[in-house]
This record gives sequence, structure tokens and C-alpha cells, in this order.
Amino acid sequence: MKDINLKFFTITKYEQIIILLTIIIPLLFYDSPYMQGLFIFIMMWVVLGSSWNLLAGYTGQVSFGHAAYFGIGAYAAGLPFMHWGISPWWGLLTGGITAVVLGYLLGIVVFKLRGPYFALGTLATAEILRIIFGQEEWLTNGHNGILYVTTWVDKYPYYFIIWAIALATVFSVKALMKSKAGFYFLSIREDEDAAKAIGINTHKYKNISMAVSTFWAGTAGAFYMIYMGFIDPEVVFALHNISIITILVGIIGGVGTIWGPAVGAIIMVLVQELFRSAFFGLAPQWISKVHALVFGLLVIFVILYMAGGVVGDWDLIVKKFRKFRLKKATK
Amino acid sequence: MEMVLQSLVSGLLIGGLYAILGIGMTLIMGVLKIINLAHGQILMVSMYITWTLWYYLGIDPYLSIFISVPVIFFLAEAISKYLLNPLIEKESILPENQVLMTVGIGMVLVELARSIFTSDYRSVRTAYSDKVWHLGKISISFPLFVAFAFSLVLTAAMFYLLMKTDLGRSIRAASQDKIAATLMGISSEKITIFTYGLGSALIAAAGSVFLPVYYLYPDVGPLFTIKAFVITILGGMGSTIGAIAGGLVLGIAETFGATYISQGYRDAFGLFIFLVVLVFLPGGLKRFTKV
Repeated sequence: MKDINLKFFTITKYEQIIILLTIIIPLLFYDSPYMQGLFIFIMMWVVLGSSWNLLAGYTGQVSFGHAAYFGIGAYAAGLPFMHWGISPWWGLLTGGITAVVLGYLLGIVVFKLRGPYFALGTLATAEILRIIFGQEEWLTNGHNGILYVTTWVDKYPYYFIIWAIALATVFSVKALMKSKAGFYFLSIREDEDAAKAIGINTHKYKNISMAVSTFWAGTAGAFYMIYMGFIDPEVVFALHNISIITILVGIIGGVGTIWGPAVGAIIMVLVQELFRSAFFGLAPQWISKVHALVFGLLVIFVILYMAGGVVGDWDLIVKKFRKFRLKKATK
Repeated sequence: MEMVLQSLVSGLLIGGLYAILGIGMTLIMGVLKIINLAHGQILMVSMYITWTLWYYLGIDPYLSIFISVPVIFFLAEAISKYLLNPLIEKESILPENQVLMTVGIGMVLVELARSIFTSDYRSVRTAYSDKVWHLGKISISFPLFVAFAFSLVLTAAMFYLLMKTDLGRSIRAASQDKIAATLMGISSEKITIFTYGLGSALIAAAGSVFLPVYYLYPDVGPLFTIKAFVITILGGMGSTIGAIAGGLVLGIAETFGATYISQGYRDAFGLFIFLVVLVFLPGGLKRFTKV
């Protein structure tokens, strides 16, 4: 296998292997809709984590409100269906665009803020949206949500749709980070004032980063509507279950790395699911109660000992492991 | 007219409640320069301690302050010493690492509470829970009034501590300029640990006072965390007077909003004010009060 050189980025042989594996492994579980569902969720979190990573990990704008874009994407798919019977599938096109428009409008306010204030500002905007979508029943059906009978029972079509979106997200981030804009993003992350001083239009590039990031988050939201067939504001605008988990996926995998959020998504879903199912029934039942606790402890561990995340600190982990083996051998 | 007065009184009382939340947060934000997203969760832990003491031993929620406050103080000192402080020197891509750590801590606290107490709603019924005083046509709830009085006392005590004692001067010095404070012989590490403990102890006290008013469940935290940072931004970081002013403003804004605009939007008014303050009045009310 050789690296494939495309115009904007290269697909290395490792990445080709990953792509092949993501096709083959789900096909091995053809008789288990449960496992297929897990793979779909992993891919959804890859999209969300990577989109957050572009804005936070590469551009330094740590958003605590990605649920806003996820939610608006879901509603962009759901609302036309509810009011006019238009198929939610159009959401895959409109969801991302709606999220970009929202991101631009919110950006007018939140890009005035920096650091922790930016984090709080984005958190507040997402919470305000959650409350509005819960209250304006004439528009959104409030907490009763929007119901849509899903198109297929089979899960494979959904998997390959979200798989394609996930690949597009990861490689769009990769291509962007290879381009000039990517270097501007990094300079904004390292020192915004210095970036401005050397003539970078920081406002413009922050908006570009935001636009790409929100586009994919919105698309993921639209996919959620199509796949789950039900949305309500408490689910799609959730502070903890969407915004915070998105951040944790990025942190565990490694902020500021291309494949970090993907690895983080796999770890997040698998760790939680392993414990939730009590290691597929092999372990005592009480373990299923602590699945989220284990994930929280994992987050603390990663931040304390692997500040760069699993991908970012991979060399360090390998080195430590080798040292450990050497010690064992000499003993 | 009565409605206006009633809203004003209710708003002030709720605002007093919020002010206690804000004081703890403003101290931590002022000195540690981090957003403590585990704030509400620590409050939740304190509420569970109080609830357990009341349920099994029959201790009055107001009295259990003397137990919940020291417990939370040492818990928070340990968190600060072993989980937050080591991150200061660590190289990382995002400067917000400590904030993310508080998210992780918050998650662990919630899940611990959930696995011990399950997700059931709990509340404390005391003789004074439903007690209401009537002043003309205006009613004043007794637990809210206690919380209000308590927050005034607490603010006064904190103000004295910060302004008149050596410890308070050290805290203020560390919040203004860490390096300069260290050069003057203040151990900024000790101060940060102590401040996190103190800030958390304040919300632990708030937890015990809140219990007769609010329902308790493991996910109650984020609601209070958000209120606390709204107040902090409104009042200005590190300002106790600002925190009480911010708390009162938030309480009144919410009550009037709920009465005259919409009950459902109650929690949105604070967030809206918060955004407006962040953008148009950075520094908050501290710009006028200076302390």
C-alpha cells in the first residue's frame, strides 16, 4: 500500500488501513444491530469531536456550546418536516448551512470575548437556544419534540452515510490544516495579538474556522434527526450530553491532532458501553451503574497524566511502555 | 402595584440565595483565574451530606452547616492540591486545562452521587419549610428569608476577611498579581489551595441553606453553576460586594421576567443579561464599586 497524494492532502497508508478497517469491521457484525448502532454513534462523535477540535484545538477558541450547532442542524432537518412534510433527508444539506448562519450570527457576539469568557459566552448561547426551542411551541412543538418514522430498519445505510460524513470531516480538517488558513489558525491559537500584529485578519479566520466547524456539527445534528427519528430540545441542545461530551472526546483523543477526536470517540463510546453492558454480561451487574463514573475518572486521568491526549502523547506512551518492558526484562 | 412589590420582594429574597452562590465562585475565579464548572456539583454534594444527616440522624439542615462546611472544605482542598494545582506547570495546548479538569471532577461527583443515592428526587420537610410571613398583602417565605439573612452575614464576614485580615490581603494580592505576590513572600500555591477550599466551603454552606427550598437530585448542579458564573461576571471577578449586587440583580430580573414576560423563560433572562454584560460592560459592576 502506498500513500495517495491528492491535490489538497495526502492519504497515508495508515489512514488507508483505518478507512478499510472502518468498512470491514462493521460488516463482520452483520447479525448484531446493537453493535452496528454503536459504530454509528462512534462515527457521530467523530464528526462532533473533529468539528470542535478545528475550532478549539487548532484555532484556540474553546467552545462550550457546540450543542447549539448540533441542535440547530437537527431542527433544520426536523422543522420543515413537521410544518410542511418536507423529508428530513434534505437536512443533510440544509442542517450544516443553517448551523453556519447561526455560527456567524453568534460569532458577532462571542468572538468579542476571549479565553474563558469565550467558553462561558458559547455555553450561554447554547443554553438560551435550548430554552427558546423548549418554549416556542408554535414553532418547535416544545418539549413534545418532533417525531419521524425512520426510512430504513436496517442500520447499514445509516452507518455508511455517517461514515462518509465522518471521513469528510476528518479530511476537511486535514486539508484545511495543510493550507495557509491552517497556519493562520495556529497563530491565532498561540497568540491572537501577535497574529493580528503581523497582519492576519484574525476575525475573518476565526469565522472561517467557526464556519467549517459548525457546518459539520450541524450536519451531524441533521443525521441524528434522520437516524433517531425523534428530537426534543433537552436532547439535542443538552449541555452535558452534547457540549461537554464533545469536549471530552477531543481531550481524551488529543486536541490539535487530526485523528485525536476519532480515537477519543472510539474510547468514549466503547468504555461507556463496555461498562454499561457489564462487559457483555461477563462481570457482575452492578458495574453497569458506574459507566459514566468510569468515564469521568478516565477524563481526570488523561488531563493529569496525558495532557496531549492519547494521540498527542502517543510517543510518550510508547516510550513509557518500552521502559516498563525493559525494566521487566532486566529484572 | 402589589404584584410589583411582591415580585420585588421575592426577587430580592431569591437574589440573596444566589448571592451566596456567587461569593464562592467569585473568590475562586478571582484568585485561580479559572471557571469552576464543578461549582454546582460541590453544592450538590453538600446538599446530599445535609440530607443524609437529616434523614438518618434527624439533624436540622441549618445546623448541619457545621458538618457540611468542614467536610467540603477539606474535600475541595484535596481536589485543588492533587488535581488542579499540578496542572499549572504542565505544558498543554489549551490553557483551559484546569477548567476541563473541573468538568471531569464534576462528572465524577455527579456519578458518585447517582450510584449511592440513585436519581430519585429528594427533599427535606421541616416545620418551617412552608412557613410564610404576611406583611400586608405581601408574603415572605421563611426559608428564603433565612437564606437571605444568612447571605448578608456571610458577605459581611467575607468582606471583613478579605479587607482587614492578613490572609485576606494575601488572597487579594495573589488575585492581582501572582508573581509579585510570590516575591513578597506569599506562597501562591498555598493561597490557591486555601481559596478553592474557602470558595467551596461557602457553597457548602449555601447547600445546607438551600435544601429546605430546592429539590435534590444528582443533576441539580449545572443549574447552580450557570447562575453562579452569571453572578460573577455581573458583579466582577473577585468582588464580594459585586457578588451580592449581582445576585440581587439576577434574582429581581428573573422574578420580574417570570411574572411579566414568561415563566418558561425564567432561566434565560440571567443568561441574556450575562451576554450583554460580557460584551458591553466587561469587568461587571466592580467597575463602579472598585472592591
